[in-house]
Amino acid sequence: MSDEQSDLTPAVPEPPKPVATRRGMWSSGTGDTSGYSRIVRAVDWPAASEPPFGSWYDDAYNRLLALVDDPFIKVVLDRGELTFFVPREKVVEVMQALRDDALLRFEFCASVSGVHYPDDAGSELHVVYHLQSMTHNRRLRVETACPDADPHVPSVVATYPAADWHERETWDMFGIIFDGHPHLTRILMPDDWVGHPQRKDYPLGGIPIEYKGTTVPPVDARRNYR
Amino acid sequence: MSAEHNDFYAAPGEEAEGTVYTAMGGGDWADIASAQAERGDETLVINMGPQHPSTHGVLRLMVECDGETVRSIRPGIGFLHTGIEKNMEYRSWTQGTTFVTRMDYVAPLFNEAAYCFSVERLLGIEDQIPQRAQDIRVLMMELCRIASHLVAIGTGGMEIGALTVMTIGFREREMILDFFEAVTGLRMNHAYIRPGGVALDLPETGIAQLRDLISWLEKHLPEYAAFCNENPIFKGRMCGIGYQDLSACFALGVTGPVLRSTGYAWDLRKQQPYCGYETYDFDVITWDTSDAYGRFRVRLDEMWESLKIVKQATDRLEASTGQPVMVDDPKIAWPATLAVGPDGQGNSHEHIKHIMGESMEALIHHFKLVTEGFRVPPGQAYVPIESPKGELGCHVVSDGGTRPYRAHMRDPGFNHLQSVPIQCEGGMLADIVVAVGSLDPVMGGVDR
Repeated sequence: MSDEQSDLTPAVPEPPKPVATRRGMWSSGTGDTSGYSRIVRAVDWPAASEPPFGSWYDDAYNRLLALVDDPFIKVVLDRGELTFFVPREKVVEVMQALRDDALLRFEFCASVSGVHYPDDAGSELHVVYHLQSMTHNRRLRVETACPDADPHVPSVVATYPAADWHERETWDMFGIIFDGHPHLTRILMPDDWVGHPQRKDYPLGGIPIEYKGTTVPPVDARRNYR
Repeated sequence: MSAEHNDFYAAPGEEAEGTVYTAMGGGDWADIASAQAERGDETLVINMGPQHPSTHGVLRLMVECDGETVRSIRPGIGFLHTGIEKNMEYRSWTQGTTFVTRMDYVAPLFNEAAYCFSVERLLGIEDQIPQRAQDIRVLMMELCRIASHLVAIGTGGMEIGALTVMTIGFREREMILDFFEAVTGLRMNHAYIRPGGVALDLPETGIAQLRDLISWLEKHLPEYAAFCNENPIFKGRMCGIGYQDLSACFALGVTGPVLRSTGYAWDLRKQQPYCGYETYDFDVITWDTSDAYGRFRVRLDEMWESLKIVKQATDRLEASTGQPVMVDDPKIAWPATLAVGPDGQGNSHEHIKHIMGESMEALIHHFKLVTEGFRVPPGQAYVPIESPKGELGCHVVSDGGTRPYRAHMRDPGFNHLQSVPIQCEGGMLADIVVAVGSLDPVMGGVDR
């Protein structure tokens, strides 16, 4: 693993920009006969929230601000769920503070999952940590990102041993390398598998089906609504 | 993507550029075995599974023993990986329930519930779900919890030779599955809980069947306690085995009966109520031994608590007969209400008459929903629920389209298997089976 480690250049893991600008009703590459082909829709992610957030969110926000230098890229409070967007070089420090500080005490890391945003240039691969404070009965999400060209994120296994298999799965499915992970191997796919299946540029697979003289294309090649 | 990822369908064993990561510290099984042979000590390396009758499905355990003492154990998973999460990205939001129900197939309704709660949060319709739909969900989930605990107790018993526990466990489970079949049309893989409510209302005979089922369970559930609780062989195999204390549970993300067997009363139904659980009267069961026997007793008592909830839900459902079971929004509510016909399933003639003969709007809604589905506003949500195994959460990301952008299921079994080494190392070989059985992993959920 050590030869794989690269210097962590401060990536700018901005959360995804407007998801997309969509034209018409159907997936690209297919003739749009819906009559709506000239409709243009911009799709936006939930906007960043500014303090005060209300409830316990302000306490957690201010406490983390006091413990860690400049920890946030942005904070999103959406549908009652708080998300801290954190630069990847701060992840370990932030997670350590979140777990150890008595006023935060997120002692339980429920899940780590990856999300691939190919359109989010410069921070295509996101890692999402779901934390749970049993002491205070609170939930929090920490999100970080790395560019596809340099898919490295520090591992939090030293802080949360529970993240061990979750980080292996995220490596397996998205190709995100967790620097400092004790044993970053494939977990769900076979050891000698090539590629990372849940990336958006990885094909779903499937073959056209012939039935009664016509051919049904595989799911990912079909025309579909968006 | 870099060059090494280009060939998606490379044959197994084909040379890849860069490091190839393999299990067991970068070695192949043959290398491990030959390295072991050269060491010349008495250490025995055993490959247990993935096709082993006592590993709860296709779980592989790589064990190093000194005599019968386990020196090292590493679980290997992934043999039941089916790419459900990837597949969901190519189907509509409603079709997602059909996929998630197949993850943890012993507790299918919990997968559906976790997924639907997340989607409903994204849609912002959590407050609009009809009360009857919530009550049906609670009813079905609690029955499903009993069925799942019966499998955990039954197969766990079978694996240590207590075969009767398995046969009677499956007998009771079958009664519950009969009720599920009457309600949803299927014994498992129901796709019954949908974003917005449930697929269809209880059948006319539902409440009567339910009362029969409750009295059946009340009559037969005491048998497990009578067979096992003070059985010296059973206790000899279970007590003190698979020990894992509270701090280890926290560190490794272990929840559910395993966490509660350490004496910590953590149950999401109480701590972060969903679906109206705060209005039901039930207790959180704990035990203080942190071992396999404690988990067995927690499961046993939890079935009684579930039965208490089922009875309360039955009374509420009897009172709310005829009320809606799907959110009142024709742009979200799946239109085709199915009626159980002579073949077990069929379209409702009333609905077909309505859309074909009476209402053009209804026909348009039906057509749009079935072909296109509904759009979910962009964002992400993670809603955890208390499944029979522990915290089951679904992380759903929407990009505003008609299909999930990303759906990830946090299955409790996935975390629990991480704790196999801490429970088994230093113990006896035969106790592996007890420890793994007490964790109750279901590989369909673990591997997804």
